[in-house]
Amino acid sequence: MYLYSLTLQRATGVVCAVNGSFVGGKTQEIVVARGKTLELLRPDEAGRIQILHSVEVFGAIRSLAQFRLTGSQKDYLVVGSDSGRLVILEYNVAAARFDKVHQETFGKSGCRRIVPGEYLAVDPKGRAVMVAACEKQKLVYVLNRDAAARLTISSPLEAHKSHVICYSVTGIDCGFDNPIFAAVELDYSEADLDPTGQAAADAQKHLTFYELDLGLNHVSRKWSEPVDNGANLLVTVPGGGDGPGGVLVCAENFVIYKNQGHPDVRAVIPRRDDLPAERGVLVVSAATHRQKSLFFFLLQTEYGDIFKVTLDHEGGERVKELKIKYFDTIPVTSAMCVLRTGFLFAASEFGNHALYQFQSIGDGPDVEASSTTLMETEEGFQPVFFQPRPLKNLLRIDQVESLMPIMDMKVTNLFEEETPQVFTLCGRGPRSSLRILRPGLAISEMAVSQLPGTPSAVWTVKKNVNDEFDAYIVVSFTNATLVLSIGETVEEVSDSGFLDTTPSLAVSLLGEDSLMQVHPNGIRHIREDGRINEWKTPGKKTIVKVGSNRQQVVIALSGGELIYFEMDITGQLMEVEKHEMPGDVACLDIAPVPEGRQRSRFLAVGSYDNTIRILSLDPDDCMQILSVQSVSSPPESLLLLEVKASTGGEDGADHPASVFLNAGLQNGVLFRTVVDMVTGQLSDTRSRFLGLKPPKLFSAMVRGRQAMLCLSSRPWLGYIHQGRFLLTPLSYETLEYASSFSSDQCAEGVVAVAGEALRVFTIERLGETFNETVIPLRYTPRKFVLVPKKKHLVIIESDQGAFTAQEREENKKVFFEATGIGENGTANNGDQMENGGGDNDEEKDPLSDEQYGYPKAVSDKWVSCIRVLDPRTGETTSILELQDNEAAFSVCTVNFHDKEHGTLLAVGTAKGLQFLPRKSLIGGFIHIYRFIDDGKGLELLHKTQVDGVPLALCQFQGRLLAGIGPVLRLYELGKKRLLRKCENKLFPNTIMSIHTYRDRIYVGDIQESFHYCKYRRDENQLYVFADDSVPRWLTAAHHIDFDTVAGADKFGNIFFARLPQDVSDEIEEDPTGGKIKWEQGKLNGAPNKVEEIVQFHIGDVVTCLQKASLIPGGGECLIYGTVMGSLGAMLPFTSREDVDFFSHLEMHIRQEHPPLCGRDHMAYRSAYFPVKDVIDGDLCEQFPSLTPDLQRKIADELDRTPGEILKKLEDIRNKII
Amino acid sequence: MQASDRFNINSQLEHLQAKYVGTGHADLNRFEWAVNIQRDSYASYIGHYPILGYFALAENESIGRERYNFMQKMLLPCGLPPEREED
Repeated sequence: MYLYSLTLQRATGVVCAVNGSFVGGKTQEIVVARGKTLELLRPDEAGRIQILHSVEVFGAIRSLAQFRLTGSQKDYLVVGSDSGRLVILEYNVAAARFDKVHQETFGKSGCRRIVPGEYLAVDPKGRAVMVAACEKQKLVYVLNRDAAARLTISSPLEAHKSHVICYSVTGIDCGFDNPIFAAVELDYSEADLDPTGQAAADAQKHLTFYELDLGLNHVSRKWSEPVDNGANLLVTVPGGGDGPGGVLVCAENFVIYKNQGHPDVRAVIPRRDDLPAERGVLVVSAATHRQKSLFFFLLQTEYGDIFKVTLDHEGGERVKELKIKYFDTIPVTSAMCVLRTGFLFAASEFGNHALYQFQSIGDGPDVEASSTTLMETEEGFQPVFFQPRPLKNLLRIDQVESLMPIMDMKVTNLFEEETPQVFTLCGRGPRSSLRILRPGLAISEMAVSQLPGTPSAVWTVKKNVNDEFDAYIVVSFTNATLVLSIGETVEEVSDSGFLDTTPSLAVSLLGEDSLMQVHPNGIRHIREDGRINEWKTPGKKTIVKVGSNRQQVVIALSGGELIYFEMDITGQLMEVEKHEMPGDVACLDIAPVPEGRQRSRFLAVGSYDNTIRILSLDPDDCMQILSVQSVSSPPESLLLLEVKASTGGEDGADHPASVFLNAGLQNGVLFRTVVDMVTGQLSDTRSRFLGLKPPKLFSAMVRGRQAMLCLSSRPWLGYIHQGRFLLTPLSYETLEYASSFSSDQCAEGVVAVAGEALRVFTIERLGETFNETVIPLRYTPRKFVLVPKKKHLVIIESDQGAFTAQEREENKKVFFEATGIGENGTANNGDQMENGGGDNDEEKDPLSDEQYGYPKAVSDKWVSCIRVLDPRTGETTSILELQDNEAAFSVCTVNFHDKEHGTLLAVGTAKGLQFLPRKSLIGGFIHIYRFIDDGKGLELLHKTQVDGVPLALCQFQGRLLAGIGPVLRLYELGKKRLLRKCENKLFPNTIMSIHTYRDRIYVGDIQESFHYCKYRRDENQLYVFADDSVPRWLTAAHHIDFDTVAGADKFGNIFFARLPQDVSDEIEEDPTGGKIKWEQGKLNGAPNKVEEIVQFHIGDVVTCLQKASLIPGGGECLIYGTVMGSLGAMLPFTSREDVDFFSHLEMHIRQEHPPLCGRDHMAYRSAYFPVKDVIDGDLCEQFPSLTPDLQRKIADELDRTPGEILKKLEDIRNKII
Repeated sequence: MQASDRFNINSQLEHLQAKYVGTGHADLNRFEWAVNIQRDSYASYIGHYPILGYFALAENESIGRERYNFMQKMLLPCGLPPEREED
């Protein structure tokens, strides 16, 4: 089996982010690392985050830093990754990509203990960069420029120290003196040797300054001083002329200012007063803001509170006071960036990222903590408390969706739509949600208005070619035409000059400022001054089809006669030529007039004899047939789409001008072919099935470019994004007819008719694969099941170290009464147990948990609930909050064979579970629930105590299989409890998944991969007949076929395990089912071993797997979801030819276009196990982004043209989504 | 050191031990071995952000706290070293 792996949704979480001016000039951009992708973001004028560029690097990005050479206008990006190399990138604006400026190898690849890459620090003046590892190694590179002003890099200078753990590094701002780097270090050498523990207790963290002597080209340890043992993060303090220099050391509970030859200035970080006493407060992310005369720091704690830290200093030398002031609270971030334009970009650890605007900078004199008010008592420093409050200094203006983490996922067509939906459980704690993903672009509906009757078509038209916005919406009915004028409001008008007693066939702007209406009996030409010219059809013939642009009109009369009109210099519409087609015309189209030309050269005509003809409109060969294309079914609609030549616009790549002929065929296929600009010959055809109805094609504008709307049984949009043509469905209902729409409320909209309604909408978030519907949840979701027939979801949620909803409500009430925040808030809180998903929530709820996080409880306290949810309405029909520290971990539906109760729900729970210092629990339980109220509610039938955590449950032959720790047990339903029927205690560690098929049971162990079991009913025995020889730490499992299971491990690998065919046959034929062999045993394992037939490193922890098809009639693929919030698919190849083609393509791209951050592609995909039988589609899809020369070179090697390769890539993508 | 010593197996081993932390030797005891493995594991968890995220979910802590905890555990990953036997 060969698989094609393709990422459908790139990771949405953020590992780290830096801001700088990467494009050059005045603008500021943000570079975010999302695990294995690097993205360049920029907030636009409206404050919405736009993605400028996104590239997959095939390596784990661990740290980013930005620097600028003195006098330069542009920042460089330094990337620390798992490649064992230091990579410096520069953003190439013209080509819209990152260019690798330098790549310096310093060590082995992989995330290792002593190979640098984990930390990066740059000298604020851009003269040197330090790259450090968790332990021992630190390397310093000197940056400079050569005579041609190119960046140069030195060979590395070592600053190693053995047996030293490094917590953080940063560059000290010391103006133009020798560059200095600071590091927090801990020496463990003595602790390892002292059995009394004295040395470990005395181990002291040090703050060490490393000086790079630019004259001697040498790094030395300049200064080292003990620092608070909780230190974890360093923040550079501006120096030189701007400030005192030195560093802020963020430690657990403290912020300390330190510098060489300066006494410590220490202040305590304020605590929330509901925080348990044993918990510390740790700073997890920091941002610095500096202006000419002012600087301050924003430090965020692990609970989400941001503190503003300011330093009082005399003349830029001595620091008198360090002040900490509570700023605001936002969800915990992995990185924060303060932009000069007054924005704060907050990259959340889990859940959506946000862009905030500064309303103020928290200037008030009331600081919570200061170094001057620090109180030291016998028990240590006295803590300072504060109360979080609603946002005061920040205002959220945009959100970037993040699925991180995906906890569980199911693909199913629950809503009976054309394509299946992906149900994902995302987020954590108060920010958890169920997200329903649909492949396609999101729509935002602006208006829906009912019309009198069923309209058949709609157009928009401008009054003058120079107008920015449309003037009229014209709607045609079967026997009338309605004209609406667009202004402040949209209303019907009768003075437009259009004939309203007849249906219309086309309405458009002609020439500079005249309008044209084509109706079955003629053409009505309305001049700007109100004069009307009518052209009537000869005899009894009627007009059936029209094609027009601003200068040319072609009509088709019944019987197949074509008449061609052109506008002359006086603005008159003149008949130019006639042409008799062999039969009736099915459809026709003229391309828009190319810029600087008189007329468009091509007319496309589709006929019912399954052909499309290209006719010339040039005066010298007017109405000559240039080419003929036969198609599989009569064409319904034609559109000539011109792609303008562009070199490095916003969207990047260069492409020459070309004309595409698109045809919607009656069998639902969209047919695309390239029209030669000179000869009119057709070449390079592609077709794609769009839906059950024949697609109707319309031209639309997307980001100022011509795009195509295809209306089949669902609407599609064809547009160019980052240099690639994408054809994506819109998540909207079936539309009849559409037209582009532009008014001052919406610049690029679409007006469409469907049924009896007129709809206006805009298309959002271009370039995304999925759009999502969010339903908020209460606690971290763990798993969910679909209840068959009823179409409800049952979700189990549980959180450690949190308070139950009731306790939180009570605490809040007490708090609000104490602080006297408006009655309103309290009243709202009463019924607001759920976390709102929307933005309006913050106004209602002064302290929404979504923003502030749940208050922390002691770590052995659990809260959990079981929720029944109707996904259609998003409504929770029933919610059971578990009591007494019980938390749910597994769920399944089960039909016991006595059939008395029908479908029941089994939930595995644990009571008082504790992981540290040792895993322990009071007891595990399996709850059995019955569905009541037509599946909307649950009723507890009974509860059975078990001796471990039931992590896996599954129905098997009318009984319930449970994996409880290392025990696999079969239960029968009893009156008062579950009854044990059979068990096998011989599993190595903990069972985490159970799948069944026929009489086989596939058990996944948390550390030891899969075990294939059988149940012998006659002997009532469960036995393992095959297992895996590789110790896999499973995180997800899915059953593929009788002999095969797919699994994913903790280290980010996906694999398929298959029982060899002969072994499988032998077991099935053996009357004892291989039991004799099992009894003999073999080195403590099962007698047979499965083979791992597929290996692939995803580079992200996969949490869920499912075999599903995302398009109707498409092949089934394996869909996975990951912790970082990405979704991907693995499609099995159906032909050997394709395997050969793609593996060669992959090989060539690997050689010609190595990954950006220096990790070898093959080595990355084989990080833990050599990659086997998987072709990396993400790498293959980088083909269009290569330079044309390189594309041609690779294509030549493969004996194909670049166009054919692009078509292949498009085809295989279309098989998946 | 004589020129001939430079290439003998012991000096090569010493060189490796100096260069690569965790290179074993003939007298390595169980504790030293385990400490080394544990430190490697913690460093790997810290380096792989998705794994940190996975642990953070399990323990309901922030990723930043989880990273700090793992760094702290690198000091004494296996508890106190055993008493040395007198030989």
